[in-house]
Amino acid sequence: MAKIEITDLCKDFTVEGIKTVHAVKHASLTVNDGEVVVIIGPSGSGKSTLLRSVNKLEEPTSGSIRIDGIEVTDPKTDLRKIREEVGMVFQSFNLFPHLSVLDNITLAPRKVLKMNKAEADELAMSLLKRVGLEDKAKNRPNQLSGGQQQRVAIARSLAMKPKAMLFDEPTSALDPEMIKEVLDVMLDLAKEGMTMLLVTHEMGFAKAAADKIIFMDAGEIIETGTPDEIFSNPKSERTRSFLNHIL
Amino acid sequence: MDNNQIDEALKAESIRKKVLSVDAAALNDKKPATITMTDGPLIPKKGEKHVLSSWRITFIGAIALLLALIIFKPEPYRQIFIVCIQGAPVTFQVTIFAIIGAVVIGTFAGLGSVSKRRWINMISGVYVELIRGIPLLVQLIFIYYALGRFLHLEGMLAAIISLSICFGAYMGEIVRAGIQAIPKGQTEAATALGMSRSQTFIHVILPQTVKVVLPAIGNEFISMLKDSSLVSQLALADILRKGREYISRTFLSLETMLIVALIYLIFTLVLSRLVGMLEERLHKNG
Repeated sequence: MAKIEITDLCKDFTVEGIKTVHAVKHASLTVNDGEVVVIIGPSGSGKSTLLRSVNKLEEPTSGSIRIDGIEVTDPKTDLRKIREEVGMVFQSFNLFPHLSVLDNITLAPRKVLKMNKAEADELAMSLLKRVGLEDKAKNRPNQLSGGQQQRVAIARSLAMKPKAMLFDEPTSALDPEMIKEVLDVMLDLAKEGMTMLLVTHEMGFAKAAADKIIFMDAGEIIETGTPDEIFSNPKSERTRSFLNHIL
Repeated sequence: MDNNQIDEALKAESIRKKVLSVDAAALNDKKPATITMTDGPLIPKKGEKHVLSSWRITFIGAIALLLALIIFKPEPYRQIFIVCIQGAPVTFQVTIFAIIGAVVIGTFAGLGSVSKRRWINMISGVYVELIRGIPLLVQLIFIYYALGRFLHLEGMLAAIISLSICFGAYMGEIVRAGIQAIPKGQTEAATALGMSRSQTFIHVILPQTVKVVLPAIGNEFISMLKDSSLVSQLALADILRKGREYISRTFLSLETMLIVALIYLIFTLVLSRLVGMLEERLHKNG
């Protein structure tokens, strides 16, 4: 399957042409094949920027990102190929509002993988079944609840048969009663051995599903460990104080 | 104030000015964004009672006045009406073809101004600045005679081309604003799925843009109907031209212009209601 290796990654933003903000500072991490790695940390700590660098939605300033040994930051790399293989789920779902749920899922397989309509529809229906929404195929995204929309977004990503999935705060825009339905789908994926890198504030999910937890603060990776190590025995004072605030 | 009220206030404020604005409040609400760019009339919608009733008063008033004049004072009003309304086909022909031309030119201008290529940006930017900075009547006469010197075009065709070029610039700005009104997340989602820039544009951005810009194009259509009266300067027999010819024969200037004004007013009011209904339907279908 897939292995993601990030080495010494930096990302600077220039604000108003003068001030430089170091959003990510010399971050290194590895997600092994089939592993679930969760990035936690206060808002503005560079978690999302780090995640979005993996499929190059953000252009890193320096450093290296390798997916199955292929260097993402190399200008010669075919990014479309990488993005086909690494799915992404966004905080704000980003479903295509002008398309039905079914067409949302089939668009990329048909246009990018050149799948025919019948085949794509069949695939989409099986994915909708998997996320428990096969009766919503004909609906428009705006007729669905937030939790349902996010499940469709996950199905849309899975339709490209990715080897790894990135989740950027997938439950942060959801009402509390809808968080579980999305986390359940993600938990299933984790159990099936999908390689996953997530940014989330759901500590329950992190405890249950993560192989590794990374704590970030002010653009730096402060601490990496198993859920047990991070939650029961954090080494860093900053990790401890963050967890005290959030738990 | 709740968001709806703010929306309405924003809209009412901006709609009479010839400005371009994307309704930011609507964007945040994830409602379909509306772009207003018009000197056209207020477009009545359900829920805007005051606008709708002022529309009704004006419309009924205009119809009643026109009918009353024709029925109770057929001399000279019936004759004037019959003469002037003969210009309506020309007015509509110019308006419809010119709006189609303007949409085509505007689409290219709009695409040009969001293009990543510098020089394409530059060309469409200069076109828009140039056209917006010169009065429509001046442009129209200029293009008409400039075209006439190099090409032998029939008056109607020349007028349509001239109006298309003039309105194409405004249309270009509408298209640009429409494309930019689509949330960045849409492009990101398509990109993350491995779609190319052109695939993203054709299958994700463009269909949503059409929906956003349709009402604004409707507004431009109404503006175009009114501004098409300028082609009467170019010896085209539209409503206004017919009226002026009638005046030169009879010297009934006040009576004739009253009828001309009423005809334009009624057409414009009907069209604005149609555009309003179109917009309602678009919003309902989410």
